[in-house]
Amino acid sequence: MYETNYHKAKSLQDAAALLSQADDGAVLAGGQTLIPTLKQRLAAPSDLVDLADAGLAGIEEASGTLEIGAMTTHAEVAASEKVQKVIPGLACLAAGIGDPAVRHRGTIGGSLANNDPAADYPAAMLALAATIVTDQREIAAEDFFTGMFSTDLEEGEIIKSIRVSAPERGAYAKFPNPASRYAMAGVFVAKTASGVRVAVTGAGEDGVYRDAGIEAALTADFAPSAIDGLDVAADGMMSDIHGSAVYRAQLVKVMAKRATEAA
Amino acid sequence: MSDGIGARTKRKEDKRFTTGRGKYTDDVRMENQAYAAFVRSPHAHAEVAGIDAAKAEAMPGVIAVLNGAELTGDGIGNIICGWAITSKDGSPMNMGAWSALATQKVRYVGDAVAVVVAESVAEAQAAAEAVEVSYKELAAVTMSDAALETGAPEIHDNAPGNLIYDWEIGDVAATDAGLASASHVCEIDLTNNRLSPNPMEPRSAVAIFDEAEDHYTLYTTSQNPHVARLVLSAFYQVAPEHKLRVIAPDVGGGFGSKIYIYPEEIVCLWASMKTNRSVKWTSSRSEAFMTDAHGRDHVTTAKMGFDAEGKITGFKVDTIANFGAYMSLFSSAVPTYLYATLLSGQYDISNIHCNVRAVYTNTVPVDAYRGAGRPEASFVIERMLEVAAREMGMDPAELRRRNFVQSFPHQTPVIMAYDAGDFDGNMDKAQAAADVRGFAARKAEAASRGKLRGLGYACYIEACGIAPSAAVGSLGAGVGLWESAEVRVNPVGTIEILTGSHSHGQGHETTFAQVVADRFGLPVENIQIVHGDTDKVQFGMGTYGSRSGAVGISAIVKAMDKVEAKVKKIAAHQLEASEDDIVIEGGEVKIAGTDKKMGWHEIGLAAYTGHNLPDGMEPGLKEGAFYDPVNFTFPAGTYIAEVEVDPETGTVEICQFTAADDFGTLINPMIVEGQVHGGVAQGIGQALLEQVVYDDEGQLLTGSYMDYCMPRADDVPFYTIEHNSTVCPNNPLGIKGCGEAGAIGSPPAIINAITDAIGAEDLAMPATPQRVWAALQAAAPRMAAE
Repeated sequence: MYETNYHKAKSLQDAAALLSQADDGAVLAGGQTLIPTLKQRLAAPSDLVDLADAGLAGIEEASGTLEIGAMTTHAEVAASEKVQKVIPGLACLAAGIGDPAVRHRGTIGGSLANNDPAADYPAAMLALAATIVTDQREIAAEDFFTGMFSTDLEEGEIIKSIRVSAPERGAYAKFPNPASRYAMAGVFVAKTASGVRVAVTGAGEDGVYRDAGIEAALTADFAPSAIDGLDVAADGMMSDIHGSAVYRAQLVKVMAKRATEAA
Repeated sequence: MSDGIGARTKRKEDKRFTTGRGKYTDDVRMENQAYAAFVRSPHAHAEVAGIDAAKAEAMPGVIAVLNGAELTGDGIGNIICGWAITSKDGSPMNMGAWSALATQKVRYVGDAVAVVVAESVAEAQAAAEAVEVSYKELAAVTMSDAALETGAPEIHDNAPGNLIYDWEIGDVAATDAGLASASHVCEIDLTNNRLSPNPMEPRSAVAIFDEAEDHYTLYTTSQNPHVARLVLSAFYQVAPEHKLRVIAPDVGGGFGSKIYIYPEEIVCLWASMKTNRSVKWTSSRSEAFMTDAHGRDHVTTAKMGFDAEGKITGFKVDTIANFGAYMSLFSSAVPTYLYATLLSGQYDISNIHCNVRAVYTNTVPVDAYRGAGRPEASFVIERMLEVAAREMGMDPAELRRRNFVQSFPHQTPVIMAYDAGDFDGNMDKAQAAADVRGFAARKAEAASRGKLRGLGYACYIEACGIAPSAAVGSLGAGVGLWESAEVRVNPVGTIEILTGSHSHGQGHETTFAQVVADRFGLPVENIQIVHGDTDKVQFGMGTYGSRSGAVGISAIVKAMDKVEAKVKKIAAHQLEASEDDIVIEGGEVKIAGTDKKMGWHEIGLAAYTGHNLPDGMEPGLKEGAFYDPVNFTFPAGTYIAEVEVDPETGTVEICQFTAADDFGTLINPMIVEGQVHGGVAQGIGQALLEQVVYDDEGQLLTGSYMDYCMPRADDVPFYTIEHNSTVCPNNPLGIKGCGEAGAIGSPPAIINAITDAIGAEDLAMPATPQRVWAALQAAAPRMAAE
C-alpha cells in the first residue's frame, strides 16, 4: 500500500474536521473493502480517518423502530436480540455477509457508504424504506443509492446511523457468487404499511433496485406461488464471467420466491 | 513396532506448522537485506520500445534498476524446457527464447521487463511503478484453438502458426480400422479447464551473494532444490554448481507449480551479484495468479468404438494443449508422455491413437499441476465410458467391468506396462461402500424434494514413481529420474536420513521415519529426516508425480540394506557369532535365539570408536544409495460421486463421495487418506469451481479470489475412503504412490454424476451453477419431447 496518514477520530465532529483538513481523505469504517483496495495499491488517500472510537456503534429500539449506529458490525447486528425481535430478516441478512472475519470488522455504515452493487445491506435498506442519518441530514433509502458504488452522500458527509422500522413481513434470500460469496442475486422482500417493497442486489447493472414486477405480483398475493408465472426480464441485469443477464434474471425470480417463503 | 509401516503415526512436523513456527523462505532475513520488485508488462503481447529508469533510480531507497539487456549481457542464459519432444514429421519442437527479463518483446500480462532493488519492499514497489516502459502493442491470442488459426498473431518467430509440436502415439490405421468395425461409436468434445495452482505459500526467493567467497546461496520455494541448482548452473549460468547452494526450507504446498525455476529466482541471484546485497522477493497473491505456471488447458475430441458386447474396439483422441507464452520446464512432457500414455485407462484396448498439438498463446506458461496429464487422460476416458454406456443403454459400471484389464503384467498400446492391480476389486469395494443398490431410492426421495440426484463413476489409473532413467531418456527427458538417499547412524545410535525427496506438505518427516523405524526397530523420535539443502544432501530429483514413496523411500531402503549388512558384520565380530546368525529385532541387534545382543548405541559407538572392528573394516556407519526404478508404478481406483442438483438455480451439492484406491503398500494410512482428501478437494475445485479466464486482449480476469473460486470447507463433503491394495512388484516395499490420485479420479466422477442427474451430456468444467442451469434449459425441450 501507499503511505497514508492515519487518524483515529474521537467523535463524529472530530472525524468531519479531520476529513475537511485532509487533501484527499477517506473514512475508515470497517475497512473490509478499503483496506484490501489500499493493499493492492488501487487507492491512495492522503489521510485515513478511523471512526472506530467515534462513538457510532450500538443499536437502539423504540416502538418497532431500530436505530443502528453506523459503526455497528455485521456480527453485532446479526447477534442483536433487538434486531432479531423487530426485523429478524435483517439479522439473518447480517449473519450471511462475507465470512466471520468480515462480519466482525465490517460495519453497516461502511457497507452503505460503499454501495457495492453486490452488497447485502442496500437491498434491506431499500426494501424496508430505511432512513440513512448523516452528520448533516436524513436521507431516504430511495434517494440514497444512486448507482454502482455511488450514493447521495456529499463530500465529507458521514453516516451516523440507520433508522429502520419493522415490516409486517420481510426476509432476504441470496444466491452467493461461488468465488467471492457476494450476492449474485440477493432479494429482500418486505410487506410494509406503505405496501410491498422488493429490492434486488447483485444482479442489476446499476446496483440495488426495486423490482416493480415482483412487487405487483406480491401485492396481489403475498405468496411464493405468485412469482411462479412471472417473467423477470434480463434487460438491465449484470453479465460477467460468473453469470449472464439471463441467469441473473432467473436467480432474482428464485430468490424472490425463497425470500417470500421465508418472510 | 508401533510406529512402523502401516501405523497411523501423528505427523512429527505438525508441531511447528500448527504453532506458526515453520521456517519458510520469507522468514529468512539477512543483515544486508534488500528487496526486489518487478516491473511487469500490462500488455499480453507487445514490443518493448524502450525502458526509462531515470526517475525510478532517483527515488528514495533505490539501489538499482536492472533490465533484460543487462541480464543477457552478463551471460545469463534463456529459460529452457527440459524434455525434448519430436513432432510426427521428425522435426524437433519449436522452443522460443525466454529471457528471465524480457528484452524485445513481452508475451503475457505479467512478463517481467525490469527489476528494482531497494532498501524496503515499499520503496521497491514505488520505484517499479515509476519505471517508464514504452510498449508497441500487438494483437494477442489466448485460446489454444484460436492460436492455431490462420492469421493468428504469432508469438515466437521460430514457432510458425504458434505450433510447438504436432506429436502422435499409437497406430492410426489400426485404430481407424477398429473404429470402422465397431457396432457403436461414441464421440465427445471436451475442454479440460485451465487452473491456477494456488499453494498456500506464494513463491519466494532470498538470494545471497558472498563476494569474498564468490559464492551464491538461494533460499527458494522449490519442490526440487537440486534440480534448481543444476538448471541455474548448467543452463542459466548464474554460478557453477560448486559455488551455488540452494535451500528449500519449509515449503507451503507446491502442487507442481514449485518444480520449475522461474524468472524471479534467476533475477534475484543475478541482482544479488550486481548489487552485492542479499535480495529478497516474495510474490504477492496477485503476482501468483499472474505468474505461477497454470495447469491443464486442453481441448480434446475423442472417439471410441464398441462391439455388440460392449468391448472397446478402438480409441482415437485429438488434443490441443495450451502452453502459454513460453515453454516451462516440464511443459512438453505433460500432454504427451504423462497424458497420451495413460489413455488405455483400466481397460484392455488393442488400438489407441492420440495426436497432440502444443501451442503458444499470450498467457502465463502452463506446466504440470497435481496429476499433470493424467487428470486430463482420466477425464477423456471416463467421460467417454459413461457417455457411451448411456448411449448404448448399458450400466456404466458393467461396461467398465467388461473392458477391465484382468491379468498382469499388461502391455498397453501406448508404452505403459501395468504391473499389478485389481480393477474389479476396486469397483466392488467402491460400489459396496457407496451403496449403489440404494441409489434408486435416494433418487426418488430427492425428487420428492424437487432435487435431481445423479451418480457417476470414474475408474482412474495413473503412472507414478517417475521414472526409469534410461526409459525417460529415450523419450526425450533431459534428466534421469532416480532418487538418492543416505542413512547415517550416529555414534549414539540415532539415525539421520538424508533424502533427495522434498516435503512441502507430504509428511516425509513422519513416513520416511516410519520406514526406518520398521526396519531397525527404533522409535520415530530417534530418526531425523534431512532434506531440501544442496549442501547437506548430495543430490536428488525432488518431489512431484507421487514419486517420493516409490522412488525416494526405495533409495532409503537400498541404503538401509547396506547399513544392515555392516551392522551385522560389526555385531558378529563383537558378539563372536556368525554374521548369518545376527538379526535386528525390537530395536536391538542380536544373535538369533539367544539373549546376546547389542543396542544401536553400542553398534554406533563400536563403529565410530573403531576400537574393535573386523579386520579391514572402515570406521563409521553411513551408507548412501541411488535408486533407479525399473518401471512406473500404477495406482488405480474407483471413485463414485453422488450429487443433487437444484434445478431452479443449477447448484450442485456433492452428497457423498466414495474412493476405493489401490496405492500398494501404505506406510501411514492417515497421511495417505489426507492426500486423498486434498486431491479430491482439488478435483472438486476443477469440476465445480475453478477456471482461469483471460479476456480476448489477454487480460487476466480471474486475478484474485474474488473471481477465481477455490474450494472452501463447505464445498466439499465428508469422504468415504476404502483401500484395496495390491503390492507393486517393482520396488522393495511395494509402494505405488497416492499424492495425485484424488485430483485425477474425482473430476470425471463428479461430471458423470451431474450429467446423470440432469440428463444432458453437454456440460463443461467447472460445472458452475450457471452452466448446470443452462444445460438443464438446453435439455428441457429434449426431455419434454421424449
